[in-house]
Amino acid sequence: MQPKLSVQNLYKIFGDNADAALEMVRRGESKSAILSRTGATVGVQDAGFDIHEGEIFVVMGLSGSGKSTLVRMLNGLITPTSGQVMIDGEDIARADTATLRRIRREKIAMVFQHFALFPHWTIAENVAYGLKVRGMTAGARRARALEVLAQVGLEPWADSLPADLSGGMQQRVGLARGLAADPDILLMDEPFGALDPLIRRDMQTELLALQKTLKKTIVFITHDLNEALLLGNRIAIMKDGRIVQTGSAQTIVTAPADDYVAAFVADIDRGRVFTAGDVASEPTTIQLRSTSVREALRMMEQSGDRALYVLDGERVAGVVTYRDLAASELDGATPDTTIGKSMITDFPTANDDTQLHELYGPAGGGPPIAVTDGADRLLAVVEPHDVLTHLAGDAGEAAADDIAQETADAQPR
Amino acid sequence: MLSPADLATLPFDDWINAFVRGWLVPNFRPWFRAAQVPISAVLFWLDSFFRMVPMLVTTAAFAAMAWKFAGRGMAIFTVLGFAFIDMIGLWNETMTSLAMVVTSVLFCAVIGIPAGILAAGSDRFWRIMRPVLDIMQTIPSFVYLVPIVMLFGVGTAPGIIATIVFALPPMVRLTNLGIRNVRSDLIEAAEAFGSTRWQMLRDLQLPLAMRTIMAGLNQTLMLALSMVVIAALIGGGGLGLVVNTGLGRLDVGGATAGGVGMVILAIVLDRITRGDLPKAGLWHGIARQDAGRFLSVAGAVPGPRSQKAG
Repeated sequence: MQPKLSVQNLYKIFGDNADAALEMVRRGESKSAILSRTGATVGVQDAGFDIHEGEIFVVMGLSGSGKSTLVRMLNGLITPTSGQVMIDGEDIARADTATLRRIRREKIAMVFQHFALFPHWTIAENVAYGLKVRGMTAGARRARALEVLAQVGLEPWADSLPADLSGGMQQRVGLARGLAADPDILLMDEPFGALDPLIRRDMQTELLALQKTLKKTIVFITHDLNEALLLGNRIAIMKDGRIVQTGSAQTIVTAPADDYVAAFVADIDRGRVFTAGDVASEPTTIQLRSTSVREALRMMEQSGDRALYVLDGERVAGVVTYRDLAASELDGATPDTTIGKSMITDFPTANDDTQLHELYGPAGGGPPIAVTDGADRLLAVVEPHDVLTHLAGDAGEAAADDIAQETADAQPR
Repeated sequence: MLSPADLATLPFDDWINAFVRGWLVPNFRPWFRAAQVPISAVLFWLDSFFRMVPMLVTTAAFAAMAWKFAGRGMAIFTVLGFAFIDMIGLWNETMTSLAMVVTSVLFCAVIGIPAGILAAGSDRFWRIMRPVLDIMQTIPSFVYLVPIVMLFGVGTAPGIIATIVFALPPMVRLTNLGIRNVRSDLIEAAEAFGSTRWQMLRDLQLPLAMRTIMAGLNQTLMLALSMVVIAALIGGGGLGLVVNTGLGRLDVGGATAGGVGMVILAIVLDRITRGDLPKAGLWHGIARQDAGRFLSVAGAVPGPRSQKAG
């Protein structure tokens, strides 16, 4: 698939002596050496990535890492020193003023950290700004603004002034303004950075909910790794103007590219990054009607499993543990006694995308957690042991780039 | 004691004389004369208009504006003050002065606001403008009265030109300041949505700078009022003429009457144009984004002129 937004070899050097500095950057000299020799500051160096349609691409970095500069080059607010930014085959880095203006009006909108709402206009007028700039008539603008405000739940405030709204509400207006012109790409520059933590959490959830229906291509800037891991389909981590790693949340956490990323990842909440699907393993199953206690015990002895899931046809019926079966055999079960009697039917379940932190409780209870789909079919099982291993980060050492591969290879003990 | 004057003396005054009398006046006099035509025309219309409208109508109009922009107390003051001016027999002179002041302020706005906008948009233009404005504000107005008379002749219109020179700087400075003070993230947002420079100016910069621009207008107005007496020296009419005549005849009463008329006019105009009556809604939003208050003119006389803008 052709990427929606493609960035290649993008550099931004601030200062008069940009050409000399660019040469030095390309030779791999450090930012401080370049600053002392040429007086130029390196904002972004050699950034490159492709962003696909409908993806949330998070750029994460601390302040001064160049992330804000990077995002401003994507819509030409800052002109790159070198490199290209392709949107639908047009190079933003070399576009003239008129082209740039057209692209900003039609294809790419922006949401700002401090909201940047116009204080002298009502909420509806703010939301309609992009449409006004395009030359839409007042009536049509208002109708569209109300429509978008309804999407973010602020319709009743259409005629208030920004100063009358709380921070969270103001940023919803900022988001609505970005969405009003129905752009393909939404640039979000630390949009929730100025909000307090509870509101931030709400906004993150709301953005994800909106994105399910909108399917915009979103470039999201943040300095908060937890936010990045929660929102990002893919994450680029920046340091000193350079992208040090690009990958999915799971890749970043399990296989950090260098010590810098590793240090970041060290204290994130892994329970919110990984899902049941990431730690699940192939289940060994037996059929409820056709398997005898003795057969089941023999299977477990061979494979080393402590428990087996029992299927009734396609559906999961329950789980049997070695201990219960062994006890029932001692009680005098005959070789052809079926396993129904000692089966546990209130077994723990999860979905493929259940986050690990929701499995802490079930994981303490004993039997493996069944990963089922909507129709009660068993997809995989999660061994309690694997949940804890993943949380501790030990799995990271064994992990390759592809988590799925890793989990598929890990045979049940 | 050795001083530089022993080495060489510079005939600076002769150079200026040669420049103005020998070159500027003979070559450009018709040109300057033509330049004052619009000023004379506006002044003539305004003067005729203000003197034609009955005193009670004018007073009612000003009282209504005072009520709207400065409150009820100011409206009462306006009525009493204008009645007083009428009763001391200076109504027509006051209206002439009003016409002169309004004409000056009008031209100051027409020149100053665009100049301020340009200065806000270009650092280089602002670097050039600043010393020019400093000179205009600090040079004693008597100095340029003579060349103005030489180039434009005597009369009320040359008086207004002198007034414009004197009163223009705050208009430029505060327009520049107001526009530069518009929050940069708002400018960035407007740019990110693809506005043209003109759209940005119209939708964002001018509305948000309006309070500061109004402060500049107010200061310009006050400076223009203070020039009324000086303009009378080169033939301007109105209250300034009354004061000058009183001065020439050592007529304390006459001069004071003219002075009091000006003070009343100044107070009314100042309060109407200050617009600092606390208001809800729209002004609230604008006040919030303003970095501070730029109004320092307290009372009828022009405040300290050292106000730095930008």
